[in-house]
Amino acid sequence: MVSFTPTEEQQLLIETIRRYAVKDVRPVAHDADEASAPPLDVVKTGWQIGLIPSAIPEELGGFGEMSAVTGALAAEELAFGDLSVAMHVLTPALFAYPVVLFGTAEQRENLLPLFLEESFPAATAALLEPGVFFDPHELQTTASVSGSKVILNGVKACVPLADEAEYLLVYARNTETGQVEAYIVDGQAAGVQIEKRELLMGLRALPTFRVKFSDVSVDISARLGGAVGMNYDTLLNRSRVALGALAVGVARASFEYARDYAKQRVQFGKPIAQNQAIAFMLAEMAIEIDATRLMVWEAAWKLDRGEDATREACQAQRYAERMALQVTDHGVQILGGYGFIREYPVERWLRNGRGFPTFLGLAIV
Amino acid sequence: MAISFEIPDYVQQMAQMASFLAQTYMRPYARQLDENEHERPVEFINAIWPILRDQQKASLDKLVMSSNGGNGGGEQSEKKKRSSTRNLQLMLMVEQLSWGDAGIYLCLPSPALGGFAIEAVGTTEQKLRLLRRFAEGDKPVWGAMAITEPGAGSDNSSMATTAVFDEEHNEWIINGEKIFITSGKLALEESNGLVIVWATVNKEAGRAGIKPFVVEAGTPGVSIGKVEIKHGIRASDTAAIVFNNARIPADNILGSPEVQATKEDKGFKGAMATFDASRPMVAASAIGIGRAAIEFVKEKLAEQGVTIPYDAPYHKLTAVQRDVLEMEAQLRAAYLLTLRSIAMLDEGLHNSLEASMAKVKAGKAVTWVTQKAVELLGMMGYSREWLVEKWMRDGKINDIYEGTGQINTLIVARRILGYTRRELA
Repeated sequence: MVSFTPTEEQQLLIETIRRYAVKDVRPVAHDADEASAPPLDVVKTGWQIGLIPSAIPEELGGFGEMSAVTGALAAEELAFGDLSVAMHVLTPALFAYPVVLFGTAEQRENLLPLFLEESFPAATAALLEPGVFFDPHELQTTASVSGSKVILNGVKACVPLADEAEYLLVYARNTETGQVEAYIVDGQAAGVQIEKRELLMGLRALPTFRVKFSDVSVDISARLGGAVGMNYDTLLNRSRVALGALAVGVARASFEYARDYAKQRVQFGKPIAQNQAIAFMLAEMAIEIDATRLMVWEAAWKLDRGEDATREACQAQRYAERMALQVTDHGVQILGGYGFIREYPVERWLRNGRGFPTFLGLAIV
Repeated sequence: MAISFEIPDYVQQMAQMASFLAQTYMRPYARQLDENEHERPVEFINAIWPILRDQQKASLDKLVMSSNGGNGGGEQSEKKKRSSTRNLQLMLMVEQLSWGDAGIYLCLPSPALGGFAIEAVGTTEQKLRLLRRFAEGDKPVWGAMAITEPGAGSDNSSMATTAVFDEEHNEWIINGEKIFITSGKLALEESNGLVIVWATVNKEAGRAGIKPFVVEAGTPGVSIGKVEIKHGIRASDTAAIVFNNARIPADNILGSPEVQATKEDKGFKGAMATFDASRPMVAASAIGIGRAAIEFVKEKLAEQGVTIPYDAPYHKLTAVQRDVLEMEAQLRAAYLLTLRSIAMLDEGLHNSLEASMAKVKAGKAVTWVTQKAVELLGMMGYSREWLVEKWMRDGKINDIYEGTGQINTLIVARRILGYTRRELA
């Protein structure tokens, strides 16, 4: 039966995160962006909401079940607060979720307890690579099997929180098979070099790093899923859904701010929202945000049913990245001169909103 | 409840039946009826009339049962609250039929928009009396709705058609001219149908004075004026109706006595409530046309060896592939907004914001998608040998009727800003 009403449990979660986004995240977002420094106390509070533990199945010690729909609902609300904080809070999932989905029994047993603790787990993943053209199916980072060892070589870009990571999940192309595989790599392993922090247009409060792998040797048992491996497309699709949901959250933040501003800002003796030129922009923003959310939900719903969601996830992400740019641009435009001033959040949302075409692998549901 | 996009099996089966009708009785006649405007889709009408008639009969029988059921009103409202799939079925049927041919779809022998008004405003007695003709007989019957006038389009509250009560004869007397009435000629001249006519009983009262009246075929003083010659949907007749002292029975004013007598604009709000149901159906029709165009384009591109890789990065897509991906995404966005407005309608929730959103998006999407389809297929897209150019002409109406894209955007804007009509004109 067709329905667009989240479960009661999901609604409670949405309310909890919304409260967090508005009361904890929003007040620190500006300063964190200006200082390029993560608001660690606020991140800690966000971690304690327990999103990731509740996606780890009960038989593995968690208290829930992995759901892309629930993940999308949560991601939107987090990003409504701030994109950097949202992606920071969700970074451990980049490591944990692939292990939940495809890890061997041993990998799950050894690694997942880390994500059930009260302190923020130092784990991340490295997918993106530097360069103009990036194709997740043609990674430049390689994995060469030699005996019981695998040698990793390559450069990864925008790896969130890599500087403090105890564990990295590194995606690389198997030189023999051409298939993409993922390897669990110790952050301190020889040959892992955390290079400079990335300097980005947006996402400034989230430290991301260029990471170089020079002949990094790992045991073959570090391959995610062992001999069976993983379903890479599923992981990519889960990332696309996460990005779509985050984009909706950023766009909604900008839309609501611009809407409220337009009702207060008086020019020519009336609020500017009473001009169709402004009102129609806002209407279009509202329509596009809703449409995108539905596309994201549909892809997430298909993932939860275990169906191939490639088409829906790709389309949702593509649609979402354009929507986020258009809506956040309108947000700046509606504020006019003030929109260009950093004291107001809309320019930050535009900078963050522009990033979605390049964020593949930086979030997952 | 949980978020779900699952269409129940029996609804899908119904959509498949509509798809069969579309392939059998619509597509093969689409070009011929476009080239020969005002010709009737006889095969389609004859095939579908018995189905629609029996459905209407079943729904009226149910209404009789529930109105005889004792606690009448209470049961009715409880029923309304319970979620159904009635509108979902209709949406998917409209989508499939419009994939077949949007002009022919508009010739469906049914109460159509008139039915929406009767359902939204009519009393049980009126429903039983007025809809009976759509539930019996061998000859198809049409309904229609008349709101627009030469001087009152989007601003329909400024309509000039009047209804004056003649106490002596216990009749309403209607005078004025209505235009752009879909199936108006079929309803009044070619069948024993009816038209819901919106007219003012008190011009000074503005919107509060506007009430819905039922004008039946054969009423003296009613004549069909111009039948329009159109850009698209040419298989559908779009007629003007002239009322010259047309007399109708007293109880052909639609709605309960309170609605009829109210000094507020409840009657007019009834007209607006019919839009909550009709706008998503216009969106559904738009989506059907858009899907026809996209499927056809993909088929022709595949013949040229061009496929659509959904997960390819931007730098590996050609301009044509990007266009097709964007066409599909735009249409999917419209579909999902429509599905949401329909699900709300079936759940008995107030959906006017969502209905307008769906209408805006679908009108825009089908316009762009079909125009793009003509472009992508080059000379053959422009040729009348194929149907793509026709779909472009047919699609455009969805951005116009049942409220233009602009009027619906205005409605959305007012709602999200919490503005009245005066605050945001």
